[in-house]
Amino acid sequence: MWIYEKSLQHPVKVTRPDVSFAKLVVTQYGGPDGELGASLRYLNQRYSMPTNKAIALLTDIGTEELAHMEMIAALVYKLTEGASPKDYEAAGWGGHYVQHNHGLFWTDANGVPWSAQYIACLGDPIADLTEDMAAEQKARVTYEHLIEMTNDPCVKDMLRFLWQREVVHFQRFGECLNDIQEHMGKKNMWCGCTVEK
Amino acid sequence: MNCEKQMSMLKKIQEMQFVAVELNLYLDTHPCDVEAINDFNCAVKMLEKRKQAYQDEFGPLFNFGFGGYSKEPWQWVESPWPWEI
Repeated sequence: MWIYEKSLQHPVKVTRPDVSFAKLVVTQYGGPDGELGASLRYLNQRYSMPTNKAIALLTDIGTEELAHMEMIAALVYKLTEGASPKDYEAAGWGGHYVQHNHGLFWTDANGVPWSAQYIACLGDPIADLTEDMAAEQKARVTYEHLIEMTNDPCVKDMLRFLWQREVVHFQRFGECLNDIQEHMGKKNMWCGCTVEK
Repeated sequence: MNCEKQMSMLKKIQEMQFVAVELNLYLDTHPCDVEAINDFNCAVKMLEKRKQAYQDEFGPLFNFGFGGYSKEPWQWVESPWPWEI
């Protein structure tokens, strides 16, 4: 079960609406390395994890990613607040206005809709945790690119918060992977198979 | 509604919640770190207090009965929602 808390994990503020940046940052809502994919990836991989530690970590990081998804949604909402159809058109996002008006939708920065192909679950803890570590790095880099694309200090602030969380998650997944290797009785980081003793 | 007070109380909750989230993730991979467990429990205690104070004044912060009691009319449907703040 999940409980909703009527609060963001970290405040989201914008200096002024900016539809052009909304068009870019929406990729962290519904893009390949976005927060929707992150939360679903981790919450879905829990069932085939061999240790309680790994299950707990995926549950907790998956839950935190849901909160990040809400922060990105709040950001897109504020960046487009009060924008006219002309504003959308000028930002090159007229297609979004035509199909969704001020509603949100799961796409990347190029308008490609979210797909389950962005996430994987092999049912193998080494493969899946390695995928998770790569996912955190890809999200980190995407946030760096996004921070370069805005001049709004308020927006930079919240993007930096999310950037930092990717770094922490990568660290925790790495520790979890080491723990699993030990659990599987094989400390070779680069070999996914267990060797019979 | 005292909006400024509500925002500042909410910010205090967010701050302590961040401490709890961070320690929770750390403890998931370091379950024997006694000092961190003490810190976590301390954060939970502070968080409980802050949530209680907020909810007494502004109504439930959580749905499905995980927050506080509601005054009349039903406080859950009242603004502000997180993206409106």
